[in-house]
Amino acid sequence: MKVKVLVRPKAAVLDPQGNAVRDAMRHLGMPEVRSVRIGKYMEIEADGENGELESRLHGLCRDLLSNPVIEDYELLKEKPAKRRRSK
Amino acid sequence: MKFAVIQFPGSNCDQDCIAAINGLEGLRAEYVWHKETSLDNFDAIVLPGGFAYGDYLRCGAIARFSPIMRAVTSDARAGKLVLGTCNGFQILCEAGLLPGALVRNRSLRFVCDMVATRVEVDDSPFTHGCQKGSLLRLPIAHGEGCFFANAETLRALNDNRQVILRYADSRGRIVPKSNPNGSIENIAGICNRERNVFGLMPHPDRASDARLGSADGAKIFRSMMQTISANSATLERAKQVA
Repeated sequence: MKVKVLVRPKAAVLDPQGNAVRDAMRHLGMPEVRSVRIGKYMEIEADGENGELESRLHGLCRDLLSNPVIEDYELLKEKPAKRRRSK
Repeated sequence: MKFAVIQFPGSNCDQDCIAAINGLEGLRAEYVWHKETSLDNFDAIVLPGGFAYGDYLRCGAIARFSPIMRAVTSDARAGKLVLGTCNGFQILCEAGLLPGALVRNRSLRFVCDMVATRVEVDDSPFTHGCQKGSLLRLPIAHGEGCFFANAETLRALNDNRQVILRYADSRGRIVPKSNPNGSIENIAGICNRERNVFGLMPHPDRASDARLGSADGAKIFRSMMQTISANSATLERAKQVA
């Protein structure tokens, strides 16, 4: 199973890094930029395809890969490479 | 009385903690490697500063799964005193032993400075040797020390008097200018609801001797020592009565 995990700072959490990048973008001639929020992106490969594995991955997304106090996560499943095998 | 100082791969204030604690009469500190699983022989636990596991992912995110953390958690739940300084504070938050989280400094800069912190609670096991409103001069050195808690958690922290220290100016005023990292409400250190787990970003371990510029950090270790001896005296009396 291939999954992508996106971890984003919650709206209430200040993201000074995002603000610095926003300011840099404005300085570089794009005053239209209203906000930039910086999170994390992870690509994970795991052996197996079943739902049980996926729910364990969700568990680790909550416990390790993100901190629910300050972040939200999204787990995106990549479709298996061979189309024929998908139902 | 014996304190455990936990060593994670990447801890770098473990020696400071050992030196500070051993410098106080009646106290002895020993290293405990993070792969250990028991802290039964210790009266208190200290999680030192540093960069456990290189701060990968988030500060403290991986360290909180170290084998020793099971013992830290169960001992904390049983009422043992646990102190986390700097990275130790971050680990305690990640482990859920303290509420809130520590995020990147608002300035985006690593701050290394001597700051004043105001004692907000003088009857905690960690600060009863300090007067309420008095200032502790303590060094800070961190890039991710901005304390964050959502509105509900923050209200609970204030209502239960869990905020132990706030960054203050030299006159003891809690003002934005004295906030070195953008922490919400200038919070520098908090305890849990049960008041036996205390985390702070400043380093009492680096301020336990006047020769280091301040000996105020020793007050925290001394308060812990007094709490533990008072508790064991009560326990002894209870045993005698029984």
